[in-house]
Amino acid sequence: MSDVKSARPLSPHLSIYRFRPTMAMSIIHRITGSALYVGTLLLVWWLVAAASGPDAFATASAFFGSIIGQLILFGYSWALIHHMFGGIRHFIWDTGQAISKETSTKLAMATIIGSLAVTVILWLGILIFG
Amino acid sequence: MSDFRTPLRRVRGLGSAGGTEHFWQQRLTALANVVLITFFVILLLTLMNESYEGVREAFANPFVGIVMALVVFSATLHMKLGMQVIIEDYVHGAAKLPLLILNTFFAIAVAAACLYAIVKMSFGV
Repeated sequence: MSDVKSARPLSPHLSIYRFRPTMAMSIIHRITGSALYVGTLLLVWWLVAAASGPDAFATASAFFGSIIGQLILFGYSWALIHHMFGGIRHFIWDTGQAISKETSTKLAMATIIGSLAVTVILWLGILIFG
Repeated sequence: MSDFRTPLRRVRGLGSAGGTEHFWQQRLTALANVVLITFFVILLLTLMNESYEGVREAFANPFVGIVMALVVFSATLHMKLGMQVIIEDYVHGAAKLPLLILNTFFAIAVAAACLYAIVKMSFGV
């Protein structure tokens, strides 16, 4: 597309579409996927620290236990859960089910509500039993 | 001009060869991730308040070591495939190929570092 210089008509872009839950979930699926991608560096840090010795592990633990660390883990857990629910939604579509406008919109709403609910329940569990 | 080859033989290996395999690996790792990453999250929850010694003890367990290696393998392959699609969708021009290469290198580097740590802890060294 970058080489096209003539004034040929282009297909409409994002801005002309009305906001839809399915569209939002598609975008959020990519954003959460990208966040999980970068966040694997935290997994590397934690695992390598644990393998390195008590000092490195204490440093990593202190970070993950801090306010900032806990906020990152909260966000990361939501991204993980949301991306998983989004993936399960794709599996349902792969079977040819739930692809009508109405059902796919309901499924999109269920994805975001479900991921937020499970994340909150997970962290309430951590707060209460942790 | 006569051609005795079948149409299938002529197109095989042409075009965006590998698309089906990409799709299939993406779905296969997605399915594996549902099970494997759920295991990993539960493991993290059980180790949340554990000391350094407790964490090392958990990772010395063969089951934990093997499943964690599978978590890393499946997750890094899945994220490599996903980021490749994002790059192919949004980046056109000179930056595309370097980014695709960087994406592969990043995924392999993450996998290598994680597997090193898992193997080291599995052998208790």
